[in-house]
Amino acid sequence: MSDATADPRFRRKPPKRPIRLSWADERIRGIVWQILVVGIIGSIIWWLWSNTVHNLEVRRIATGFGFLNREAGLPIAESLISYEPTDTYFRALVVGVLNTLKVAVVGIVLATFLGTAIGIARLSKNFLVSKIAAFYVEVIRDLPLLLQLLFWYTIMQGLPGPRQAMQPIEGVFLSNRGFKVPALVWEPAHTAALVACIAGIVLTWLYARSARAKQMADGQPRKIWPAAIALILGLPVLTWQVMGAPWQVDWPALRGFNFRGGMSISPEYAALLIGLVTYTAGFIAEVVRAGILSVNLGQWEAAQALGLRHGQLLRLIVLPQALRVIIPPMTSNYLNLTKNSSLAVAIGYQDIVSIANTTLNQTGQAIEGIAIIMLVYLTISLSISLFMNWYNAKIALVER
Amino acid sequence: MSDITANTPALPSSPPRSAPLTAVGPIAWLRANLFSGWLSTAVTLALGYLIVRAVMGFVDWAFINAIWSVPISPTGVAQTQACRDLHGSGACWAVVTEKHRFMLFGTYPYEQHWRPAIVCLLFVALYIVSSMRRFWNWTLIPIWIGTLTTIGILMWGGILGLPYVPQERWGGLPITLILATFGLALAFPLSILVALGRRSSLPAIKVLCVLYVELIRGVPLISLLFMASVMFPLFLPEGMNIDKLLRAQIAITLFAGAYLAEVVRGGLQALPKGQYEAADAMGLSYWQKTGFIILPQALRLVIPPLVNTFIGFFKDTSLVLIIGIFDLLTAGKTAIVEPSWQGFGVEVYVFVGLIYLCFCFAMSKYSQGLEAELNRHRRR
Repeated sequence: MSDATADPRFRRKPPKRPIRLSWADERIRGIVWQILVVGIIGSIIWWLWSNTVHNLEVRRIATGFGFLNREAGLPIAESLISYEPTDTYFRALVVGVLNTLKVAVVGIVLATFLGTAIGIARLSKNFLVSKIAAFYVEVIRDLPLLLQLLFWYTIMQGLPGPRQAMQPIEGVFLSNRGFKVPALVWEPAHTAALVACIAGIVLTWLYARSARAKQMADGQPRKIWPAAIALILGLPVLTWQVMGAPWQVDWPALRGFNFRGGMSISPEYAALLIGLVTYTAGFIAEVVRAGILSVNLGQWEAAQALGLRHGQLLRLIVLPQALRVIIPPMTSNYLNLTKNSSLAVAIGYQDIVSIANTTLNQTGQAIEGIAIIMLVYLTISLSISLFMNWYNAKIALVER
Repeated sequence: MSDITANTPALPSSPPRSAPLTAVGPIAWLRANLFSGWLSTAVTLALGYLIVRAVMGFVDWAFINAIWSVPISPTGVAQTQACRDLHGSGACWAVVTEKHRFMLFGTYPYEQHWRPAIVCLLFVALYIVSSMRRFWNWTLIPIWIGTLTTIGILMWGGILGLPYVPQERWGGLPITLILATFGLALAFPLSILVALGRRSSLPAIKVLCVLYVELIRGVPLISLLFMASVMFPLFLPEGMNIDKLLRAQIAITLFAGAYLAEVVRGGLQALPKGQYEAADAMGLSYWQKTGFIILPQALRLVIPPLVNTFIGFFKDTSLVLIIGIFDLLTAGKTAIVEPSWQGFGVEVYVFVGLIYLCFCFAMSKYSQGLEAELNRHRRR
């Protein structure tokens, strides 16, 4: 191609043809077609819009987003921020968005781990392991997610009551009121330790970068892991010790008819999370498997011939190449998980769809309610795809 | 130098080697695939134990301890005490025995159930015929039109001596199959037009198609279904009303169209540019080029992902449960609302799940087989 563009004959632009006002000119045809299509679609939209305006007037339905400042009066069982039924609709919707994000973020992290593990298991040389993984993937992918969610929710409801709660591990209770797990009583020292941990990660990253720069300069590899352990684990522990090492665990205990203390996970959230994670993991497993298989066998052999150890082989040779194949479909799986979290409405977890749906039933303002749902999901989808596109561009093959 | 002759052995004192380990036969297979090392052996043993335990537990639950039927009291209420006494140690398949007609056909008049049953068989036959490559030509069009007309006659009735059954009474598996089949049959042509539009050189058409695809793909199907159920009546002029099932059908079609369009676009992009240029050089018009040269090749490239998308939409039709349309899953959920059957959700969902599994597994196997067949020329 470069030869062709270097040739001066090809650099010459074709002469411009004058537009003839005739059906034989394809530019005229293009303009006519575009006007026609835009006109038809525009008039359909205008027709629907005028009908809507007329219907809203006839049925005396208010329009606009004024209702957002009114008192909601709808109870919400679980929320990350403080919420009372006397708060406004706006705050209720914010609670819904946070609940959606709560299940989406946790779900994406867990599904990635589970899916990667199953995808690798499917490639295992052990017949039993690979067949079980294949069976899991096939069955999970062939059942509707909604059915799986209802199934998990039924199982959650079928658990014994709080008095006969199952206790698989000391301090963890499973009952039809949800899961109860021990929680740490949070104190400033823990916040400080968390900050120290983040600082440790940043310092490790900086250290690794400088070590790499030095290796580039003199060819000597430097060990990073001792400094990494010291910074990421040692620093937080030290901070925690200096601040008095508080360690008080809040154990859940049965008082009367329900549990007190500890951290609780509602049955709705648990069913939704389990359903989403197991379902999406089936799809992620296939993505991971395809990604690993896409790395040419010669790359593995060449890495072994260079004398790389197995860990190095995976980290330096296979993973960077597999990730290029994995990232784009992984993005769409993350987006699907986020959108699928809207099925929460079927099992009564109060995410944005559920709360917006209640709002539109209470206020009668269907258009605004649905616009809010769509806006929230479009924003989340666009954010995830922007982030993943950025990451994809970062790891993409750099060609000449 | 001279002491090495042609007869000198290379390694003078090599002991005779033992025969190599067998590399064929069941024992070698076991050694290679199950017990290749201490870690592999440990994993095999642990997993084997867990599988045996799980299978035995499942057999106990599903067959040995299960109850297949319960007595019905004269008032028509099922006596499910025997099932409740199991406390989950055995399945109560009685709920399936008792309610399977309701789950499959919903509230369709009981004595007319043979009609939806034939409809389901017709749908399955239609799928099988469509999946045979022998029929991948124009004969498919009359076959589809004929079958769908027959299905319409059977479901509605009112002629040929069949009593009329209003649409509100339809339910169960036929609804799922109707939503999936009509949705995909309508969405597929739409998706081809949108995919072509998205690659068009005409800016206005391209923008419209990009907007449609990205907007639909950015929101969950539920929001579209809500839109169809609560907003759609506002869109239409006064007095004109569209049936709820049809509204859901429109929402599913629009949703499927956007996703299929992206799959088709993948095929259009994968086609070498030379094909487009050669068609132009032959002097073909845009529609001739598209119809004779581009689409036949591009669609063939994307058949496997298309079937995967079909599987996805077949499963997604279950979402109409949320807006209260009586499909298979809704029928299953409604079957256990009755007080005497409450608490037997697991059995019902296993039954409904098996039906979905049959359809999706068949499609998925078909797609894998087709992919292997279509890629045969690539293999050496």
